Amino acid sequence: MSNRITLKDHFREGRLVNDRLIFSVIFTGLLFTIIMIRLVFLQVLEHEHFDSLSNRNRVDIEPLPPQRGLIYDRNGVVLAENIPTFSLELVPENVPDIDLTLNALADMFAMSDEEIGDLKVRIKQQRRFKQVIIRERLTQQEVAMFSVNRHRFTGVDVVGRLIRHYPQGALFAHTVGYVGRINEREQQYIDEQDYKGTLQIGKTGIEKYYEDLLHGTVGYQRVETNVQGRVVRELFRSAPVSGSDLFLHLDTNLQRVAFDALGEYNGSVIALDPKTGGILAMVSKPEFDPNLFVSGISSKQYAALRDSPDRPLFDRALRGHYPPGSTLKPFIALAGLEMGVISEQSKSFCPGWYTLPGQDHRYRCWKSHGHGHVDLNDAISQSCDVYFYDLAQTLGIDRIHSFLDIFNFGHRTGIDIPSESAGLSPSRQWKQQNRRQVWYPGETLISGIGQGFNQTTPIQLAHATSVLAMRGINITPRVARATRSSVESELELLPAIIAEPLPIERSRNWEAVIDSMIDVVHGNRGTARPVAKDMPFKIAGKTGTAQVFGIKQDEKYDADTLAKKLHDHALFIAFAPADDPEFVVVVVAENGGGGSKTAAPIARKMITHYFGVVSDD
Amino acid sequence: MTSLISDPNAKHKISVTRLLSHIHIDALLLLLLLFLMSAGLMILYSAGNQNSDLIVRQLIRMAMALSALIVIAQIDPDRMRDYSYWLYGAGLILLIAVLLFGHEGKGAQRWLDLGFFRFQPSELMKLAVPLLVATYLAERPLPPTFVRIVIGLIMIIAPSVLIAKQPDLGTALLIASSGLIVIFLSGISWRLIISFISLCAVALPVLWYVMHDYQRQRVLTLLNPESDPLGTGYHIIQSKIAIGSGGIFGQGWMEGTQSQLAFLPERSTDFIFAVIAEELGLVGVGLLILFYLLVAGRGIYIASQAQTSFARLLAGSISLTFLVYVFVNIGMVTGLLPVVGVPLPLISYGGTSMVTLLAGFGILMSIHTHRRMMSP
Repeated sequence: MSNRITLKDHFREGRLVNDRLIFSVIFTGLLFTIIMIRLVFLQVLEHEHFDSLSNRNRVDIEPLPPQRGLIYDRNGVVLAENIPTFSLELVPENVPDIDLTLNALADMFAMSDEEIGDLKVRIKQQRRFKQVIIRERLTQQEVAMFSVNRHRFTGVDVVGRLIRHYPQGALFAHTVGYVGRINEREQQYIDEQDYKGTLQIGKTGIEKYYEDLLHGTVGYQRVETNVQGRVVRELFRSAPVSGSDLFLHLDTNLQRVAFDALGEYNGSVIALDPKTGGILAMVSKPEFDPNLFVSGISSKQYAALRDSPDRPLFDRALRGHYPPGSTLKPFIALAGLEMGVISEQSKSFCPGWYTLPGQDHRYRCWKSHGHGHVDLNDAISQSCDVYFYDLAQTLGIDRIHSFLDIFNFGHRTGIDIPSESAGLSPSRQWKQQNRRQVWYPGETLISGIGQGFNQTTPIQLAHATSVLAMRGINITPRVARATRSSVESELELLPAIIAEPLPIERSRNWEAVIDSMIDVVHGNRGTARPVAKDMPFKIAGKTGTAQVFGIKQDEKYDADTLAKKLHDHALFIAFAPADDPEFVVVVVAENGGGGSKTAAPIARKMITHYFGVVSDD
Repeated sequence: MTSLISDPNAKHKISVTRLLSHIHIDALLLLLLLFLMSAGLMILYSAGNQNSDLIVRQLIRMAMALSALIVIAQIDPDRMRDYSYWLYGAGLILLIAVLLFGHEGKGAQRWLDLGFFRFQPSELMKLAVPLLVATYLAERPLPPTFVRIVIGLIMIIAPSVLIAKQPDLGTALLIASSGLIVIFLSGISWRLIISFISLCAVALPVLWYVMHDYQRQRVLTLLNPESDPLGTGYHIIQSKIAIGSGGIFGQGWMEGTQSQLAFLPERSTDFIFAVIAEELGLVGVGLLILFYLLVAGRGIYIASQAQTSFARLLAGSISLTFLVYVFVNIGMVTGLLPVVGVPLPLISYGGTSMVTLLAGFGILMSIHTHRRMMSP
């Protein structure tokens, strides 16, 4: 190849390659124009769209659940509080080896294979960055034990939470009630927004009735989160408003006295202040520990409570149906006086039994050989049944029913605890509608002594006794006394709910009945004489013995041969001082035998405690 | 070149330029590269969550890469032509070795553990392929004959297939394109080019058949990234959000929420472009692209001024391949191209590619500064 040709080739080849280079420049220019168009599209035209996507990525709205209001008794003793607890939580994506970690935790906390299996299922179901609770309510030792070993457990941590706690345990189980996990049914009616982040809701008692007040208002914070969903910083915060604190009429010391005095009996004791309607003590036995329900009761524990023949979960004070027995007599007597059927002086003869005209069935008096000639005072203080058979027969069931109606028998009292029962005050109409049967005259007689169809709840008896004590002033019983929206603010007293006074025309009639009730306690032959011992004031009371089991004609009630379940219920109603009442007490001791023997001494303990009566018993 | 500089200190600068030229360094190209690398460090600082370790390691790599540039710039292009067969042969053997006893990383065999350092033979091939093809084609007058074109194609395909098998489809495609660019520049007829493109279109279904599942998945998710927002589509979705939310002026350096809060995956490596777009906006990425075009433009200018066909082909290929890198990376991050795993040149955090890249620019500088007086 000659030098000349090579040179010529170089020139030609140079032009050839340079043409291709120029083409390449144009082509790449085209490609980068496409890139720029794409960038303009993404960054200018679609900017807002992607900007909002970016914000949705990073900004999270987190609810800040409010702190539930506390519940205090009248003296400031805490009945329900929020205590910090520690739970062990795990974030799956941060755990290098889940199986290894769980096995090590199982060793440390002695967890069963079953628990670990459940945990693995829960971990699989959740999103990888969401925490899974491994164990709740860690003890101090467990927290310490874990803390020492924390370095071994990446992605596992101890987290503090507030949970409800009832420091008095079982003492106020039915009255204060308890909170529990929000269930599906509750989910339906609660304001979803307001319960974001809240796990628990009032289930029973005061906790349920005053849920709105105790719950408070949810707050929220807008936070910036990273890709793991972890909060990086707070952008905006609207603080939650804690629920109001609640101050009750209840007195823990008195409650304790009632609780201990009732002892082994199932039943109920209620004490209230008749001037305000404030419930001072309210016990239902058997009891249970409300703390069990707070962080989810195990199904085994729940089944044990639910299936127990003594039904500890059942609130006897508000829902227990008991025949009032002789405790109804003062009200029947008042009906007789008010309707002019009897006078204070009019007498009946008690031979130990009563028969309806034209029948030989003997309606017995508890005293088999009879009280002889009895007036109103004798009839109540000695609880003569025959006197009241006679009175009831004269009044008739219709007048009895309508008179008991104004004392709220057969109606809910309206106390501030949900699921109260209405009891039953029978009438001709009721029997026709519910039993499709006519009313028999004999049923009027036994209604007159508080037996038969009559069913009252202890709270109804307490309310009726309070109305009687206040000579007709009708104040609805109340558990809550005051609220306080924050620690700094003043107590706001809740107003007493006062209904129309009872339409009793002769005020002397109140005194006639109350005088005879004073004689129950202070009279020589009163059925509750031991109650009067060392009392500096007069107490009005009435014993009651309610039959659980009907005994046949010519048979005798013999406690020794009867099964405990069939023993009579023991009742006692009382108020003190009789002339200016400050204290009403009702005792129902199931299968307690007799009112004077079992119920009256319990009431006495309540009265001596409340008034600080010094006595050597 | 001197006409590009026109400030009062021109005289002084010219002397610096001359001085650099003496040690075979092209001052303008070096300036552009240094600018891009500094911008890269700045972005890396933000993308890597202000991790200074990351910066230090990247700086060490840059120093190594710059040394490679300086060393290679000293080698006469004619000497490179002499080495090309040896280099290519060694690269091919190493590629086979990688497949046989390579070190596995991220599901692919790319590394060769040589005891003292880990080496990626595919990086060597990035330079060896265009070098060899340019050498081979420039041996005879251009345009090359059909037989020589076919032999050139075989030189390209052999290493590309080996690399694709690792599997590293991105690098394989880049190496193939660097070789193909040489063939294109050599002036083969348009008829041949069109036939070749048609052939590729026919071969596409075949390619689909031999692709790995993960590669097919990438192509599928490119077409509809929303179809798998938590899996394969996640990268593209998050990257588009980052770019789009940047707007015209960006959210500010170290203020990009997608990047700083870790929503954007692989933000210091393959997806670093999205960080720039989010934090510095359209203005920032526009400037960046401008600088890339200036670098490539300078390279193409060097190619056009080269004295031999070999040098023209090689310089042209290196410059254009550089732009292909940029285009493929940005195209993939903006959702125009499949996610094939190509870093953003000079900016992405990463090892060997930086060295290879600057070595390539060393070749450009060598070509430009080793000039012979051919005519008075």
